Amino acid sequence: MRRDSKWRETLRACLKNKNFMIGFLILVSIILIAIFAEQIGPYEYTAQNPSVKMSAPSAEHWFGTDELGRDVFSRTVMGTRITLWVAFLGATLALVIGVSVGVVCGYFGGWVDRIFSFLTDLTWCIPGTILALAVVTLIGKGLTNSVIAISLVSWATYARSVRAKTMSLRTMAFVETGRAFGESSFSLMFRYILPNIVPSLIVMVSMSLPSTVMSTTTLSFLGLGSQAPSPDWGLALSNGIAYIGRAPWLSVFPGLALVYTVLGFNLLGDGLRDILDPHMKSM
Amino acid sequence: MAMGILLIFSVSVLVFGLLYMMPGNPVDMVVDRKVSAEKKEEIAHEMGYDRPMAEQYLDWAKGILLEQDFGTSTRYKVPVWELMKERIPRSLNLCGWALFLEILIALPIGLLCAIKKDSLFDRLTVNFTLVLTAVPAFWMAALLILVFSVWLGILPISGYKGMEYYVLPVFSLVASSIAGTIRLTKAEVLEVLNERYVTTAYAKGLSSRAVMWKHVLRNALIIVTVQVFMSIPWLISGAVVTEKIFGIPGMGNLLLNSIIVQDFPVVQGVLLIIAILTVICNLLSDLVIGILDPRIRISMDGGRGE
Repeated sequence: MRRDSKWRETLRACLKNKNFMIGFLILVSIILIAIFAEQIGPYEYTAQNPSVKMSAPSAEHWFGTDELGRDVFSRTVMGTRITLWVAFLGATLALVIGVSVGVVCGYFGGWVDRIFSFLTDLTWCIPGTILALAVVTLIGKGLTNSVIAISLVSWATYARSVRAKTMSLRTMAFVETGRAFGESSFSLMFRYILPNIVPSLIVMVSMSLPSTVMSTTTLSFLGLGSQAPSPDWGLALSNGIAYIGRAPWLSVFPGLALVYTVLGFNLLGDGLRDILDPHMKSM
Repeated sequence: MAMGILLIFSVSVLVFGLLYMMPGNPVDMVVDRKVSAEKKEEIAHEMGYDRPMAEQYLDWAKGILLEQDFGTSTRYKVPVWELMKERIPRSLNLCGWALFLEILIALPIGLLCAIKKDSLFDRLTVNFTLVLTAVPAFWMAALLILVFSVWLGILPISGYKGMEYYVLPVFSLVASSIAGTIRLTKAEVLEVLNERYVTTAYAKGLSSRAVMWKHVLRNALIIVTVQVFMSIPWLISGAVVTEKIFGIPGMGNLLLNSIIVQDFPVVQGVLLIIAILTVICNLLSDLVIGILDPRIRISMDGGRGE
């Protein structure tokens, strides 16, 4: 009963929060576009039509065509799938590594903590993009590899925050009670402490989604992520810049799609932070 | 300080190890695939790859510290330092101007937003920065090129031979990082405005201008200065993208091209320089806080004063 009313309260807070609602609607629209990408795009995204190379936006090709005569609208629509996949995979990887390290460090403390804290310090020694570039050098180009590289950089932020929360929770009465009842350390960490961190985790994930999407697109833009003929927006943009004088629509539309998506994630993150974690609210 | 040296040491070990974490043999990257196994062993011996790892590391580190010897580029066949020496000034030029402009624009805007919180100006700025954070640097650059080079035709698209070549790159760098600085300045000023010493200053009967200059601005600037220092390495990584788009042959472009053609000595050298710069920036920002914030200055010398 009480749990029920708490949910309703959260739901009401969500409906009242303007940022959250706009972000949520943008996200829903992106998910729908990704699901029905084949139905929405009038052409196959790899279909080349040499007779309409580099044609400006028109009734047949809403966003124009590229240097191979491919429909930019269909390609941009297909690109949403890549972006959502990147966001999902990146968040999951960083979350799993960051939370495990953070909880274990915060719970046990001591030398385990010191080693991992040093590791997180170390990842902060080289700027994210540069570190991701170095990791890509090691494991090779490609979309999945670039997402892995970004996650290997971004887990440290989760780990730091989870560690701090775990440290403050570990001495709380309910954890002590669990320990007195003979619960194992594993159970204490993941069944007692972790559920209490979940709200801030949701906030952290939603706040980190924009940068994950942005960094992966940047790697694709630099030629180290998705490879042709992928409809990745970053790749499309790096291709478009080469033709910016003759065919500006090649750069404008994939960029707009990217800004729309990142803006949606940003608003969602800001909204969720206000709703779930008012203490984190900085401004 | 000791922590900084430890971090630089660890990073240098990692950067050094990069060569050995690669699948395959380091010799394979230097020689042709057709070279026989015996010949490869000979080359490995010549280049010292068959010696103990620690010894190789020490030699490598000693070379860098004493003679700026970062090895030889496998692609250009010239010392890595020669390549970096001519590129570092270009990157610094780009980042320095970007940093300067960013501070020049962001500080007054952030300050004004905090003082006139919830005014029309503040709300417009909040929404503007929100959109700006969603715009990736490379798209911003593309739009700037489209407007100023293609449509208006007043600025060159790429190159680095004069001041006019730096206008668009600097502005696209500023645009991609200014939103954060505006938000930060606003947050810091708001926080300081709520401090008790500001209320005290008002209660003493000081004019609001005196309070603003002497108390609010000085204290808010501390945090902002620190953040700006810490953002220098991030500017450098932003510069990778900017340099690529505008064809400026700086450190970012060098790193990127070397990664693509697997020119490892160069990758190692650039990574090391950036890491050292990051650590130095962190140390410097600690130092600057110490100078600007009397509370920390006192706690640093044990409360004995100056």
